[in-house]
Amino acid sequence: MKKVYAREEYCLGCKLCEVYCVTNHSQSKDIIKAYKLEEVTSRIIVETKGAVSFALQCRHCEGSPCVKACITGAMQKDEETGIVDYDEDKCVGCWTCIMACPFGAVKRDEFGNKVISKCDLCAEEGEPACVENCPNAALIFEDREVEEVC
Amino acid sequence: MDYVIIGNSAAGIGAVEGIRRVDREGKITIISDEEYSAYSRPLISYYLADKVTQEEMKYRPDEFYNQNNVDAKLGIKVTEVNEDDKKVLLEDDEEVTYDKLLVATGGAPFIPEMKGVNKENISNFIKLDDAKAIASDIKESEAEEVVILGAGLIGLKAAEALIKKGLKVTVVELADRVLSAILDKEAADLVQEHLEEAGINFILEDTIIEFLGDEKVTGVKLKSGQELDCDLAVVAVGVKPNVSIVKGTNVEVNRGLVVNDKLETNIDDIYAAGDVSEGYDMLHEMAGVIPIWPNAYNQGLVAGQNMAGSNESYREGFARNAIGFFDLSMITAGIINPATDEYEVLIDKVEEDKVYKKIVLKDGKIVGFIYLNDVDRAGILTGLIKEQKGVEDIKNQLLADDFGYIDFDKEWRTQKLAE
Amino acid sequence: MSLNYNNPEFVIERDQDKCIECRVCARQCANEAHFYDEDLERMREEDINCVNCHRCVTLCPTNALVIKEYPLEYKKNSNWTGGMISNIQKQANTGGILLTGMGNPTDKKIYWDHILLNASQVTNPSIDPLREPMELKTILGRKPDKVEFDEEGKVKDLPPQLELETPIMFGAMSFGSISINACKSLAQAANEMGMMYNTGEGGLHEDLYPYKDRTIVQVASGRFGVHQEYLNAGAAIEIKIGQGAKPGIGGHLPGEKVGEEVSKTRMIPKGTDAISPAPHHDIYSIEDLRQLIYALKEATNYEKPVSVKIAAVHNVAAIASGIASAGADIIAIDGYRGGTGAAPTMIRDNVGIPIELALAAVDSRLREQSLRNKVSLVVSGSIRNSADIVKAVALGADAVYVASAALIALGCHMCQKCYTGKCNWGIATQNPELVKRLNPEIGVERVKNLIEGWSHEIKEILGGMGINALESLRGNRLMLRGIDLTEKELEILGIKHAGE
Repeated sequence: MKKVYAREEYCLGCKLCEVYCVTNHSQSKDIIKAYKLEEVTSRIIVETKGAVSFALQCRHCEGSPCVKACITGAMQKDEETGIVDYDEDKCVGCWTCIMACPFGAVKRDEFGNKVISKCDLCAEEGEPACVENCPNAALIFEDREVEEVC
Repeated sequence: MDYVIIGNSAAGIGAVEGIRRVDREGKITIISDEEYSAYSRPLISYYLADKVTQEEMKYRPDEFYNQNNVDAKLGIKVTEVNEDDKKVLLEDDEEVTYDKLLVATGGAPFIPEMKGVNKENISNFIKLDDAKAIASDIKESEAEEVVILGAGLIGLKAAEALIKKGLKVTVVELADRVLSAILDKEAADLVQEHLEEAGINFILEDTIIEFLGDEKVTGVKLKSGQELDCDLAVVAVGVKPNVSIVKGTNVEVNRGLVVNDKLETNIDDIYAAGDVSEGYDMLHEMAGVIPIWPNAYNQGLVAGQNMAGSNESYREGFARNAIGFFDLSMITAGIINPATDEYEVLIDKVEEDKVYKKIVLKDGKIVGFIYLNDVDRAGILTGLIKEQKGVEDIKNQLLADDFGYIDFDKEWRTQKLAE
Repeated sequence: MSLNYNNPEFVIERDQDKCIECRVCARQCANEAHFYDEDLERMREEDINCVNCHRCVTLCPTNALVIKEYPLEYKKNSNWTGGMISNIQKQANTGGILLTGMGNPTDKKIYWDHILLNASQVTNPSIDPLREPMELKTILGRKPDKVEFDEEGKVKDLPPQLELETPIMFGAMSFGSISINACKSLAQAANEMGMMYNTGEGGLHEDLYPYKDRTIVQVASGRFGVHQEYLNAGAAIEIKIGQGAKPGIGGHLPGEKVGEEVSKTRMIPKGTDAISPAPHHDIYSIEDLRQLIYALKEATNYEKPVSVKIAAVHNVAAIASGIASAGADIIAIDGYRGGTGAAPTMIRDNVGIPIELALAAVDSRLREQSLRNKVSLVVSGSIRNSADIVKAVALGADAVYVASAALIALGCHMCQKCYTGKCNWGIATQNPELVKRLNPEIGVERVKNLIEGWSHEIKEILGGMGINALESLRGNRLMLRGIDLTEKELEILGIKHAGE
């Protein structure tokens, strides 16, 4: 399946991916309204230390420990698309998926709501917003059939 | 191929999904003494506190059984397993034959000997029916005061729900701290303080010896001699594997049904998974019952695949819990109270924020941790435990707020993230 | 510390209605001109740190930022301008030389802008380059006095030549003065476009060896990174005598820019200053230069053309004539507006002469002395657009070096702070955090686009003149007319005034 891969050698650590993630997952889809009127948690984690930085998001992995661990059945992996996504209405914020995800890619809602937040690869659209808006092409969206070490 | 699964919770559902990964055709029968389609047991406290409806507790959508071609016999007990004729007998005398049988009967409440424990308004808190019973007892008796025996996960989830229902709650616990199975003393003290702030009273190092009252409970008498009034009581001392169903068979039972890595019992074509089973605990390197939801699902999944002819192993069992009370979250896993000095312990504590982090290492590998009130990215540690990855070189970073993949060597990190 | 008398050069204006406090600006500013105030819960600015590089403005997702010149007025004075006063304050603070980067920004006359191009009307019809072939191929190198062919029909005794698909090369910029990602962008673009790029005095980083056929390797006064393999790796060798931005002075790469990779490539210890002396200590005459030229030819088996790069100075014509006689195959002349990674401001802004005049003078002199076929002329400093290139070719240039324009394509916004090593665009820096901001994959595309665009425009202009090969325009000064120029200027440029 197509996934988002980070190329840390080109990551600026600017976090524009977060900004566009928030915007794309907002009701208004308007960057200023998303930040000033809505409470939207970015689904990306940008790790930065010294000169190294990269964006990390759900790997939509095969084994999906989060799906297996989810106590409510809110987290599911779509068999066709491979996308791991959660049903916001079923999620009770027990954080079992946070316990289970070996990438630390599942976040708590940043505004105190008892619900998680994680990458859905912008399920409805073509290229995820983070990839589309990365100013330095440090995020790529592609299907890597063969495992690749960069 | 006829598959029979006894039990309709995480392990049972996992088994259905496991079987169907391999065998789309074979007949699957699920039998459960509960009348409900699969629901999330951990949500019964949310149900009791009116946070979720019964509908919202469904673990799988209604069409699950149809879609997977499962014959669900719900609300009926299995009375006997006949290993020789490969059939199970139901309480209505129906016989169901199997080619492969999975016992996924979960846990049963452990109830110590106590006088008067059979009075009305005394409940366990394991199943949806328990929550329903408590809710109706509160309503009918206009209950105001509850005594809960046991400050483990179940007792405290019950306590939280009942506080939210407006009851006066007292928790009696024999140990010297709350959540003794998943927390150390320091973390337990922080949690207890938080729970006390939320209104729960604790009586530690004591236990109930008698429930008072005529038909209905009206109070409890403690070992220390103290007496407490109550019009409701919950017994949440613990859970033990629900092994009664294999009585009369040759299935080996220790604490639970003994299974190998393939979730097979010692008897051909009989498997066990979930809280009833005693599988491999990778951290203690020995057999153990690990009664937690993700473990149950995973075991069920592997058992299901193997029942259908695959050759999968499950050796990733270890205790882990994510739980929270009154917005105080915690994630703990593995060995958190090391007994010997072959373990190394890293601790970070910010008392005023109720933040406590503890990581237990052995031979440079993580074998357990407690994350209290700052649970973000805890799964990275869970993953490291599972992988048994050496962390000696990044030991000093493990407790940092910004600990993450960036702390690992580039080669490992890029390989992981390229998956 | 006493009061620093300098005022900010720029003021950052932030539209708080648009600002979403995403802090991209703060993360992207190596000069720390933006910061988040936890108490006020909003972004704030430190104007005095701002160099107006536009990184924040370009990346701000809500267009909340504007940078303006600091609106502080000095009392009107045509002599003691604000710039003069602030320079004095800076030197009174530090006691140092005023340093700067990029080319001379002063408002001295730009001759390109006083030269107009011709076009065909009615007779000698113009050509549509989209319909008819148009040749930009340029071949640099010494040409024989007369052409003789061997049995196979090849030119006899033809000295080594450089073949370019378009009359443009990337000017010398060393790895050290610019980042490895900038080097890679230029090298790969040169490779894909059939051009040349130039290592400057930085040696050849191992990552650039794949592009060696498109590399001009430079030998300068510090001789950094020069070894047998290096000389033979390039398609041509350039001896750098001078640079338009700082004629007569050497170079100085501060030790903090000499990291692991730069140290390896330049073959100097890590962390030490890389000082290129003002002169080559083995060149005190044209004869000495000849020795070096032939030493290099000898070292490379006479297979590589040797170029000599000089700054355009007063006697440039005589110097060029000497270089041609000394055996150079190419002379590169860098005008006084040429760029630099670091130069003393006073030198950059006051030493040397405009490239347009130098080019015309050199081309004329070489023709007078029948030396023109012995060398190709490459000019630089500064070529800003395709029209400048056409004018340069008509004045007598065979090709041009572009450097500043290529860097602008890579993101440079001409803040002129290259010498600080804090280039926010990842170009003039060795700080790994900043270097990675320039993704060479993107860089290559941008630079290629620029060259492609310019090449198209050159073809359009040629077509307009009714010319279908750039070769036919070389030294064809009849295609040029001057405007607002004195008799003397027209005489030096060798062109007529508009209307003549």
